[in-house]
Amino acid sequence: MGYSGLRIIKEALTSQRGWKPVWRDPEPKPDYDILIIGGGGHGLATAFYLAKEHGLTNVAVLEKGYLGGGNVGRNTTIVRANYGLPGNSEFYSHSLKLWEGMERELNFNVMHSQRGVINLFHSDGQRDAAARRGNAMVNQGDDAILLDREGVRAILPYLDFDNLRFPIYGGLYHPRGGTARHDAVAWGYARGADRRGVDLIQNCEVTGIDIDNGRVTGVQTTRGAIRAKKIGIVVAGRSSQVAALAGLRLPIESHVLQAFVTEGLKPCLDHVVTFGMGHFYISQSDKGGLVFGGDLDFYPSYAARGNPPAAEHVMEAGLALMPMIGRAKVLRSWGGIMDMSPDGSPIIDRTPVEGLYLNCGWCYGGFKAVPGSGFSFAHLIATDRPHAPAARYRLDRFATGAGLMDEEGTGSQHNLH
Amino acid sequence: MRLTCPFSGDRDSREFSVRGGAVLERPEGEWSAEWDAYLHLRENPAGESREFWYHDPTGTWLIVTRNTVTHEVLSVEPAREPG
Amino acid sequence: MRIAGRGLDPEGAALAFSFDGKRLSGREGDTLAAALLANDIRLVGRSFKYHRPRGILTAGSEEPNALVTVGEGAGAEPNIRATVQELHDGLVAVSQNRWPSLERDILSVNDLFAPFLSAGFYYKTFMWPRAFWEAIYEPIIRRAAGLGALSGQPDPGRSERAFAFCDLLVIGAGPAGLMAALTAGRAGARVILADEDARMGGRLLAEREEVDGAPGPVWAAGIVAELAVMENVRLMPRTTVTGAYDQGSYGALERVGHHVPRAEHLPRDCFWRIAAKRAVLCGGALERPLALPDNDRPGIMTAGAVRAYLNRWGVSPGRAVAVFGNNDDAHRTAADLCDAGVKVAALIDAREDAETDLDVPFHSGAVVTGTKGRLGLTEITVTKGGNSHTIQADCLAMSGGWNPSVHLTCHMNGRPVWDEDLLAFVPSPGAVPGLRVAGAANGTFSTAGCLAAGITAAKEALGELGQTAPDIAVPEAEDRPYHIRALWAVPGKARAWLDFQNDVTVKDVTLAAQENYRSVEHMKRYTTQGMATDQGKNSNVAALAVLADATGRTIPETGTTTFRPPYSPVAIGALGAGAEGPGFAPERRTTSDAASRDRGAPMIEAGLWFRPSYYPRPGETTWRHSCDREVRMVRAAVGVVDVSTLGKIDVQGPDAAAFLDFAYAGTMSTLKPGRVRYGLMLREDGHVMDDGTAARFADGHYVITTTTAAAGQVMTHLEFARQVLRPDLDVQIASATEQWAQFAIAGPLADEVLGAVLDGGFESTGWPFMSHGAVAVGGVAARLFRISFSGERGYELAVPSRYGASLYRLLVAQAESLGGGAYGMEALNVLRIEKGFITHAEIDGRVTAFDLGMGRMVSQKKESIGRAAAGRPGLLDPERPQLVGLRVKEPDQALFAGAHLFEKTAEAVRVNAQGHVSSNCWSPTLGTHLGIGFLTKGPERYGETVRMVDHLRGAEVLCEVCHPVFFDPEGGRMRD
Repeated sequence: MGYSGLRIIKEALTSQRGWKPVWRDPEPKPDYDILIIGGGGHGLATAFYLAKEHGLTNVAVLEKGYLGGGNVGRNTTIVRANYGLPGNSEFYSHSLKLWEGMERELNFNVMHSQRGVINLFHSDGQRDAAARRGNAMVNQGDDAILLDREGVRAILPYLDFDNLRFPIYGGLYHPRGGTARHDAVAWGYARGADRRGVDLIQNCEVTGIDIDNGRVTGVQTTRGAIRAKKIGIVVAGRSSQVAALAGLRLPIESHVLQAFVTEGLKPCLDHVVTFGMGHFYISQSDKGGLVFGGDLDFYPSYAARGNPPAAEHVMEAGLALMPMIGRAKVLRSWGGIMDMSPDGSPIIDRTPVEGLYLNCGWCYGGFKAVPGSGFSFAHLIATDRPHAPAARYRLDRFATGAGLMDEEGTGSQHNLH
Repeated sequence: MRLTCPFSGDRDSREFSVRGGAVLERPEGEWSAEWDAYLHLRENPAGESREFWYHDPTGTWLIVTRNTVTHEVLSVEPAREPG
Repeated sequence: MRIAGRGLDPEGAALAFSFDGKRLSGREGDTLAAALLANDIRLVGRSFKYHRPRGILTAGSEEPNALVTVGEGAGAEPNIRATVQELHDGLVAVSQNRWPSLERDILSVNDLFAPFLSAGFYYKTFMWPRAFWEAIYEPIIRRAAGLGALSGQPDPGRSERAFAFCDLLVIGAGPAGLMAALTAGRAGARVILADEDARMGGRLLAEREEVDGAPGPVWAAGIVAELAVMENVRLMPRTTVTGAYDQGSYGALERVGHHVPRAEHLPRDCFWRIAAKRAVLCGGALERPLALPDNDRPGIMTAGAVRAYLNRWGVSPGRAVAVFGNNDDAHRTAADLCDAGVKVAALIDAREDAETDLDVPFHSGAVVTGTKGRLGLTEITVTKGGNSHTIQADCLAMSGGWNPSVHLTCHMNGRPVWDEDLLAFVPSPGAVPGLRVAGAANGTFSTAGCLAAGITAAKEALGELGQTAPDIAVPEAEDRPYHIRALWAVPGKARAWLDFQNDVTVKDVTLAAQENYRSVEHMKRYTTQGMATDQGKNSNVAALAVLADATGRTIPETGTTTFRPPYSPVAIGALGAGAEGPGFAPERRTTSDAASRDRGAPMIEAGLWFRPSYYPRPGETTWRHSCDREVRMVRAAVGVVDVSTLGKIDVQGPDAAAFLDFAYAGTMSTLKPGRVRYGLMLREDGHVMDDGTAARFADGHYVITTTTAAAGQVMTHLEFARQVLRPDLDVQIASATEQWAQFAIAGPLADEVLGAVLDGGFESTGWPFMSHGAVAVGGVAARLFRISFSGERGYELAVPSRYGASLYRLLVAQAESLGGGAYGMEALNVLRIEKGFITHAEIDGRVTAFDLGMGRMVSQKKESIGRAAAGRPGLLDPERPQLVGLRVKEPDQALFAGAHLFEKTAEAVRVNAQGHVSSNCWSPTLGTHLGIGFLTKGPERYGETVRMVDHLRGAEVLCEVCHPVFFDPEGGRMRD
């Protein structure tokens, strides 16, 4: 059933009786060609592109809880392609292009809003680093504009230009960056995959991965055993536990990242703004809430909740940067479990187990990657060859030292990002 | 979050920074699979975890055993005995 | 309507206030909501989506409708609950989310289109054409949505943050909380009693009940008076405990300055971080509205709120009040109204077997199936067994039962459990370690039960702390049982609201179920149920029940309710208090700071430090004029610059040398006392972390330096190396950055400056390049290092910090007398680029010693941090960009740091990028623009022409690759 304005009118006149389930809830079959473990944004997108791009529909997505219940439903919804290093550049560039066609591709309004992302900088050194990144963006074919202080003031007049402890020197403006409605992305991919025949199995936790002679044969789940020829693991913060079922130890540590939303307010902030000295990023949702976040709490955690010190740091940065939000009231805070890789960049690769594929290490940047990650992971699983834009997301890069992607320059060791 | 530092007593977590999973057996010699494991591979337990924490005011590295699911702190020990 | 003689402050002074410009009068002790109702104002706001007229629903912080903007100008504060805001003289309140006026709101047309705006409609449309989303649809949606507006200006008010510590934190000062605090207080424990309300007593203030023979409010005041004089008890009224966190940490918001006219001496809020050994949650319970058709009109409120207005504030929300409920509690409301002489239009109880002694029109087994009244209730329809009739009423008090305030018990992932008798969720024990729940929050709804539970909880908590509480008799009080029958939604054609603010109706929830958003999380996210400012406090349980019904499951099967911090919203200005302006981060100033400012130097941030950018002289109009002069001055005469911000670490112990061999890539153990050596420190991942010098003072004593930016990081790193990696070594380290002021004296005339300053003059014999030793300045022991970051003959002179200011002035005066003077960061940067010296522009965290052309500095003869990882094949790939110098081909062209490098004719796209420019400057010494950067196979390409492309700054420049040391490559100027 297609969604459209006409359809809305028709249903309004017939008491909404015609709306069909957005997806089925099938019982798991005993056997699939491909299993995707993890019904988050990346897993659902993978299933969708397996079906759409590769015609593979004998596919099931196994989700421990409810679809889209992981980080895709608990992030600050920022979508951008403003990376500086080879590997990330081409990947996020591809992902952003998929975003730009997502609504038509999915027939689902994910409210992708290209309102512009502005990264502020506060010293000559930060300006040079921003220029280097911006030039990499343009080299890649994406958009970047280097704003000076007055250029920033013209767009973001409400920032503290007079008293801020670290004065605003300028900003790197990425007009095609923006936000999207996070849940809708998961639902749109889920609906699209389901309509193409993929089975989405909720409340189905994988408890074992069956391996025979170095090759996967299926999984054990809380809803019984399921056989499969290929299995993709895409479970974000739970990557270590699921990979351990196959005897693998990953270069991943799970951490909590908090995010915050305020009460609804009339429009006051039209862009995505990040503060280069304070680990702070903010936008305003279409409902009017200011959605913002900052840095990790920095202790390993699976609790999906944080503590006040990290939260207060975020508030301090926000208040310092844009004093006008001082009386906006924080309505809700929450935490996501981040799959932190050593260099801060992800992994989309085969594993030493034949037929077992891995997609993890998205750190705190996985939301914008959803379409690109799904597309590239589907390509890898379907063809057994890496998809060009994700070819550098290798699992062995830490062992070889080749192609490390440490965007922040803080180190390719754990806990430095 | 609060930790009981063996030297400074019950302290707010604001006084600490964290280095993550405590891997103690540092390899020697040239780059090897052991080095890769030491630097990169982690048990990353959902449950009891041993971590390096740093008490900034006293410059003390600690090994904290805590539960990553409940955030319960089970023990705090100095990484190096004083002396 | 005010009822004469009723309320806790019947003689309270009159207070003038305004609402939407109307001048009104209230009474001391009123909330804004009470005062509005006393003035017969029922319409106070508009809903979020349909812009439906809305009145006051509750009497507490859970209020979803009566949100107003309080104050004017920059300090205006949106989304204030009228039910919490205390009235004060001159209070100005304005309604929100309406235009042009509350009565005539243009966007109320949304309500006519409601069938088209069903749950999730926006996911299904607005997709075509693509560009319309940002240009048309989204701006319209954004303007229609939102509640109040920020002033758009910095708040002239300020907030504060503070810490507090206690043995027992008691959350809520109703009957349970008061007894818990009293028990612990009498035991001598350190107690904090926090209550959201301005007045302690909780529900006792809203009921006509007696405790120990005294009216509830009188009894409560007596307990509060006793607690107030206990030194070990801190009473915190107007304080909402907003969150429960790990190890007994709690967040709490105290509203300090909201209840008085703006007073400069008071902060708005104080956000408390409370560390409590134990806590008792006595947060009471919240009454549920009933989802009956058209249940959202102004004049429809919870029954408990009607009693609160009546008994506490002496206000009747209506002149003819109908009461409707499914539990015994509804009857209390009717009784209190009768007692106050207010007409009870009807008492409607959904239970067939309900009875009443009251002399009021009574309908058992009946339900309210409709309401009327555009801007306020005028009439209700009551249906019993298929027969309906209408009743005139301007207020409907509804009671759908009570929900224990389990919120804080959910903050650490605890899941409340369903209680089939109470038809409500109750806390699961132990959900928050160290926190007990007592009273109504735990599902104990009788006053007597609450009083007893408070005592028990405090005793148990103190017992765990090894403290003994005295025996306290449970006061006598009402001990009625609580009976309820399930009734969540009354069927009917019209919409029945669940989430009032977000306009989520029963139909929306059933539509979500129909579309298979069956998980409670999907339903919430799809319909926005529970996402409004009350976070579902009024509606989550009923919505869950409706979803359970629609999906054929029981409530426990369907899910549970959970809540995340904060309990009620907290201003960013409170959580981040103090960070405004310079408060965001500490300011570190060198000892020469004042002298530099005196000379007019613009000061720039270097981490937390401030450093002089340049020292303008008369006639110099741009920074470049000053910078060029300062560079020439250093090259030709002598310059002085404060380098105290560099980290200085004292390393001592028998194993100091072995330790530094381990910490540095190079070897420090072979350094002789009196000598200095340059070194790189690697991270364990093989990349360069920092560079600096090590000076050996004695066999077991070194002083090392770090860059300004990395000083803290290096210290932590070295402590890790010392304590974790090499506990076998006998070595101690201490930061001495703050203890020493250090100044570089650079230039051909540096010796002359020293000669004039050092005690006994200065003779450079015995001070070869990279040596150091002890000297004296004015009788003060000082350290002299012969090192250079400028490429000139140079020294760094260090004195204890307290002498820094005077030494700096002395050095600059001497330099000036020789034709030199002070130089700043700009000149320092040019001087080092001319010499190809690196800074963190080059050491950007991603480079290796190999990339810097310093691969041979990583000694392979010893173990050191990062050595093994630096040997990974990928980090030794000859294709990696490596450090080079860049010299423009055309003299008037400039290089830009951050630009990328390409082969001469290659297209400037990613796959062709071969490196980047990391630093650039105009070199007054060489009369050309210079750059240093990283280029694939750079050292093999000296003499080759490459193209620098800066898309962002619109520059394309051809430049020649060269050795990064542009000036004096032999180094004779600094060495000889």
